[in-house]
Amino acid sequence: MLTSFQIQALLVAALWTAGLSLIAFSLGGAVGLLIAVMRVSANRVLRAISFTYIQIVQGTPLLVQMMLAFFGLSILGFSIEPFTAASAAMVIYSSAYFGEIWRGGILAVPKTQWEAAECLALHPFQRFWLIIVPQGLRISTPPTVGFMVQIVKNTSLASVIGVAELTYTSKLINNSTFQPFTVFSLVAVLYFCMCYPLAWWSRKLEDKLNVAHR
Amino acid sequence: MSPIVKLNKVSKSFGSLNVLQGVSFDVAQGSVVAIIGRSGSGKSTALRCMNGLEKINGGEITVCNHHLHQNVTKAQLRALHLDVGIVFQSYNLFPHLTVGQNIMLAPKWVRKQSKAEAKDLAAEVLGKVGLAEKFDAYPEQLSGGQQQRVAIARSLAMQPKLMLFDEVTSALDPELTGEVLKVMENLAKDGMTMVLVTHEMAFAKGVGDKVIFMHQGKVWEEGDGEILSAPQTPELRQFVGNGL
Repeated sequence: MLTSFQIQALLVAALWTAGLSLIAFSLGGAVGLLIAVMRVSANRVLRAISFTYIQIVQGTPLLVQMMLAFFGLSILGFSIEPFTAASAAMVIYSSAYFGEIWRGGILAVPKTQWEAAECLALHPFQRFWLIIVPQGLRISTPPTVGFMVQIVKNTSLASVIGVAELTYTSKLINNSTFQPFTVFSLVAVLYFCMCYPLAWWSRKLEDKLNVAHR
Repeated sequence: MSPIVKLNKVSKSFGSLNVLQGVSFDVAQGSVVAIIGRSGSGKSTALRCMNGLEKINGGEITVCNHHLHQNVTKAQLRALHLDVGIVFQSYNLFPHLTVGQNIMLAPKWVRKQSKAEAKDLAAEVLGKVGLAEKFDAYPEQLSGGQQQRVAIARSLAMQPKLMLFDEVTSALDPELTGEVLKVMENLAKDGMTMVLVTHEMAFAKGVGDKVIFMHQGKVWEEGDGEILSAPQTPELRQFVGNGL
């Protein structure tokens, strides 16, 4: 069996996983909103920039993005902490997906809502932020929460650049205890405890939205 | 008195489809004008052109001293929207906001009213449409007729000089239609200038000061409500023959 010290180490590691996830949710969400707005903008340049950004990020593995953020920047002479590099990679990765999900939600808001807002003499900016964006985000809530589950699980890739999150720590402990079944079962349970509430919340929201759209 | 709305040889096409072909008519201040006609006759398009939701291809429209033509700017349209309210067939309430928030939105953001002012105003217009108790309800919790009355109240809160109604009862059953028409009749009595596209012939005849029959993108016949009893053209005769 594992010592209490090892279990404690796993729990601390789970906190790093949760922290990395929260950074991806918040900063990735903020950048993602900007990307979504650029994607539906009337400005061609902004649309092209955001489109290219999404294509590049979605077309490369997160693992490679992690390595680039850590080793790439180190080679360029920036000394960077593994956790900082992993956070940067997670933010870039999640912002591209959030951006694409929310773009779809914004475009799904009926055109008549724009018209109604226009006929009340609201400025284009007010129409967008007061009427369209809240509804677009609401429409895209289920896929958003679904993607948040992916984010939690994908933080495990930060282990390759030495961030002492759950997966990295579990490998260390396994190397010293040779009890893979016990260690990784415990790790699986810890991940599940973080992901299940999100999945449950997602289903709940989906039911609620379906009722609203009867 | 000069008319509040004047359409002069307005034309509008969607691609090769000529929806409006030289439409001209006037709306006098304080009057109720009902536009009737078959689906596809261009009546809704004419109404939408009157507040710039559709850009016209030819002719000229003057609405509350705003001039609409082919090259109208966004700023001009916005100035127009301050004076003209519109109510749609599909209500188009904002589903993420309560009834009260729907109504207070424009007074607060556009008219820059304080929250207290906007709230008083919202309560007042909601009272006018008989829904004072629904202030905190969400649109989805209301019946179609109630939603449409909220949409009217939302438009009224901007104190428009002219109100446009685009088939506002077409999605409602007869009972709900009745409650919406009652509200509109009261508005007419209060002296609101109204232009409505409608299939409610009895309402057009009873409340309308002027009835315009549109056919194939043109004003085919126009006059007071009596034209519905004594149509001059075979097309209107056939139309009301089916309708009444």
